[in-house]
Order: sequence, then structure tokens, then C-alpha cells
Amino acid sequence: MDLIRMKNVEKKYKNGVTAIYDLNLAIEKGSFVFVIGGSGSGKSTLIKMLYREEKPTKGQVIVGGLDVAKLKNKKVYKLRRKLGIVFQDYRLLPKQTVYENVAFALECIGEKKDVIRTKVLKALEDVGLKNKVHNYPDQLSGGEQQRVAIARAIVNDPKLLLCDEPTGNLDPEKSLEIMKVLEDINKMRGTTIIMATHDKEIVNKMKKQVITLKDGHLVKFKQKGTYVE
Amino acid sequence: MKLFRMLGRSIRDAIKSVIRNFSLSLASISCITITLIIVAIAIIASYNVQNFTKEIERDMTIVVFLENNIEQEDIDDVEKELKSIPNVEKYTFQSKQEVKKQMQEESDVFNTVLENWDDEESPLKDTFQVKVRNVEKLSNTAKKIEKVDHVSVVRYGSGMVDKMVKAFNSVEKVTFGIVIALVLVTVFLIINTIKLTISARRREISIMRLVGASNFTIKTPFIIEGMILGIFGSIVPILITTYGYLAFYRHFEGHLYSQLIELIKPEPFIYQISGIVLLIGIIVGMIGSSSAVRKYLKV
Ligand SMILES: Nc1ncnc2c1ncn2[C@@H]1O[C@H](COP(=O)(O)OP(=O)(O)O)[C@@H](O)[C@H]1O
Ligand SMILES: [Mg+2]
Repeated sequence: MDLIRMKNVEKKYKNGVTAIYDLNLAIEKGSFVFVIGGSGSGKSTLIKMLYREEKPTKGQVIVGGLDVAKLKNKKVYKLRRKLGIVFQDYRLLPKQTVYENVAFALECIGEKKDVIRTKVLKALEDVGLKNKVHNYPDQLSGGEQQRVAIARAIVNDPKLLLCDEPTGNLDPEKSLEIMKVLEDINKMRGTTIIMATHDKEIVNKMKKQVITLKDGHLVKFKQKGTYVE
Repeated sequence: MKLFRMLGRSIRDAIKSVIRNFSLSLASISCITITLIIVAIAIIASYNVQNFTKEIERDMTIVVFLENNIEQEDIDDVEKELKSIPNVEKYTFQSKQEVKKQMQEESDVFNTVLENWDDEESPLKDTFQVKVRNVEKLSNTAKKIEKVDHVSVVRYGSGMVDKMVKAFNSVEKVTFGIVIALVLVTVFLIINTIKLTISARRREISIMRLVGASNFTIKTPFIIEGMILGIFGSIVPILITTYGYLAFYRHFEGHLYSQLIELIKPEPFIYQISGIVLLIGIIVGMIGSSSAVRKYLKV
């Protein structure tokens, strides 16, 4: 079954730049998909349309049966509760511990304290950070901070995990650790993962599905793909 | 349950913010305090004036002065006429000798002056003191009595009362203007306080959006922060109202100037006023914070 379906999607920004042209694609539940392409090719725009940070100017974006393009601003939170998002810059709260940062996602949606505890510890275990629960972000390496962000993104058991260049700030070794974490989440939890990246090595190594964008056009959608310019 | 959890979190966050932005919060709180003190005094004064104007009106008498050197027959005629006016409840006759005696008893100055006048040349007049049933028709009734034969002048206390009420009304208008101006300044200060909080927590807010916090959840802490400013701002005015009025009442033993002007009893009056003051504080705080949220928090 398809978790995501995009039909004739176009995104033109207010300044006149068209970031995505007539995009059609379907992504199956449980898959792991890379979105690759050079800088400015529209990767982030594609991801942003999936979590309704941006609205398409044309076409349909359907996520889990919900027409995201038609979603009212007030209702966006309903979509966000069904997905997790990870960014290049981690976006953690500096004055809160690892535990508090992850718990924050559940507190915001009014979860009970004991449920929060169980879920947060499970998520931190899944990303391999159970021994750093009480540390603050600035006491962690970049790779560890990104793993906290991933834990926060998956703590509510989302169907979909969106990652926009999650390894962009990390060295190759740490990047591979993050990829290992993401692959485990995909396998163990069955979470669908869509990851925008321009890291050739990672893409070639992982042998996952690959969507290639070039100047806003979809040029290829391949199973077990590799990075081609 | 879920709502209570979220509210608990919001209140905790709001208090943290008030402490973090201490100087601006303090400015807002002081401004609310000044506003509410004036509001409280105005309300107390207004209620008291309303109360004693009613009191005065309740036992208002029309004094009917008869012509000089009037015959007993004519006095009886006037009495009959008074009896026939429906709004007249009761009346008592006071001869000029009685008036003279009463005035001499009241003051030594009158005593010596009045001593030298015999009945013939006395400027004093025989009077009827008339009580009416319906105070609102007081001036109407007075006019009717004035037309009766042998009645020379009719006086009633409304002049004093009217003047006082009028004077108080204009004071009230000025106060109202000042309060409105102060409320505007207060709201402006609260908007800026909340704006600071919002910008200090920009990162947190953007993460809240990402993880699926509802607009209500995002807004509530800021609205509550405004309400807390309002509550803090009403503490001093409430203390002043409660203890101030109590002391004032005790000092004047419940009356101003004379027995005529009776003050409202402190209980439960001060509690009602405190409630009103607190409510106004909270509402002003809410108005400020909601407009800040609308302006600076795009949800
Ligand atoms: N908020 C925006 N307003 C205007 N133009 C934008 C905005 N975001 C991105 N763009 C433009 O859209 C194009 C695609 O950008 P983006 O999706 O960020 O690409 P990528 O993530 O692949 O580098 C670029 O030309 C960029 O300048
Ligand atoms: Mg990008």
C-alpha cells in the first residue's frame, strides 16, 4: 500500500522561483527512500511539502490518506503527530537534558508522565543513548546530538520519518553510525523513511530506493539505486 | 485530565517567563497596579455616592414657608390642600415661635440675634414640613404646593444633592478617562513583555510545531503569562482596598461629615471590590497577551 502519493505537484515560491515541476510519485509503506540531487534541486522543498511546511501550488500531496495540500493551518498538528522530522542542525533545546528533549515531543501533545517515561527510554535505547539520558546537548558529540533528535522524532511511533540531510554536519564515520540507526528503525519499527542527502557514499553503500531530482524535475526513481550525477 | 496536565505545564512555563523577563514584567505589573488602585478607589467612591444619595433622598423633606402674619384659618386651608395631594405622605406644622426656639437652641449666634425680634417683625415664617411617598416626583409635588394660596416659598434638599451628584459625575468622567489611558499603556507594556517571551522561546515554539503541538497548546502559556501579570498586579490594589477601606471606615465611624452621609459597611463590600479588581487585572492581562500572541505568534 502506498503511504505517500504525489500527483502533478508543482511548487512555485512567492519570489517566482519554481522549485518542483510536475512531480508524480508513490512511496510504499515501510520503504527506505533517498532523495538525491545537487544543491538547489528541490530536495528540501519536496520534504517540506510532505510535512506541510510548504503548500504545493498545484497538484495533490497525500500522506497516509490525508490530502496535505488541503489541510487547514489549524489542523496541521494532526499531520505532524503522524510523522517525525530530523534536520541537519539537530534543533535541540540547549537547556534541557537528553531525556527532557525527547520527552518534550510527548509533553506537547499532552501524554501522561508514565507513558512518556516508557516511550522516551525505549526511543533512547533504539538510538543507543541510554547511558546519556541526563547529559545536556553541549556535552554530546554531533553524532550523539543527531541521535537525540532521531529519538525525539520516533518517540511517538510515527508511520513516517522525514530526514533532511541528517548527516550533513557529520564526518563519514559518524554518518554511517546514523545510517545504521535509521536502518534499524526502518527494520525494527517498520517506519517509512525518506531522507534527502547529497552524500554519494552513503547512498551507494545502503542500496535503497533512490529518487533523483535535477532543477526541480524528477529524473529517476530506482529500486536499489546508486548516486548518479 | 489531559487538559489539566497541559495547564500545569503552561502555568509553570508562564511563571518561569515572568521571572526571566523580570524588569519588563515588573513594569507591566506596576502599571496594572497603579491602574487597579485608581479603579478600586473610583469604584468604592462611586458605590458610596450612589448609596448615600439614595439615603438622602429617602428622608428628603419639602419645607413649605407660609406668608407672613398668616391667620389660623388660612393655615387650615393650606393643610387641607396638602392633604389632597396624593404624593404627600405626612406633614408636620411648625409655627415661627417653634422655629425660633429650635434655632436658638442650635446656636448661640442665632440666640442673641433672634432675642431682639418680637413676633411682628420676625423674618421667620410658619412652616409645614412635608414628607413624600415617591422621591422621584419630589420636584413635581413641590411645584404643586407652591401654587397653593398663602404659600410663599417651597424649599427642598435636592439642590445640595444635585450639586454633589453632578460634581461627582464630572470627577467620575475624568477618572474614567485616566483609567482608559492607563489600561492602554498597561496593555502596550504587556504586549511587549509577551513579545520578549515569544522571541526568547522562538526555538521551542518551532519545535513544538514540528512535533505536533496544537495551536491551543502553543498559545496557552503566553495567554496565562498575561493573566499571571494581571494577578500579580492586583495584589497590592486588593490589599489597599481591603485594609484601606477598613481603616477609612473605622476612622470616620461609618459616617462622613454628618449622620446624613452613611458609608457602606466594609463586609462584604471589600470582598466584592477585591473580586472586581482581580477580575479586571486578569482581563487586562489577557487582552494584552492575546493581542501579542495574535501579532507575534503566527498560529
Ligand atoms: N522559502 C523560499 N523562498 C523562495 N525560494 C526558495 C525558498 N526555499 C527554497 N527556494 C528555492 O527553491 C529552490 C530549491 O531549493 P531547495 O528545495 O532548498 O533545494 P535543496 O534542498 O535541494 O538544496 C532553490 O532555487 C531555492 O533557492
Ligand atoms: Mg536542502
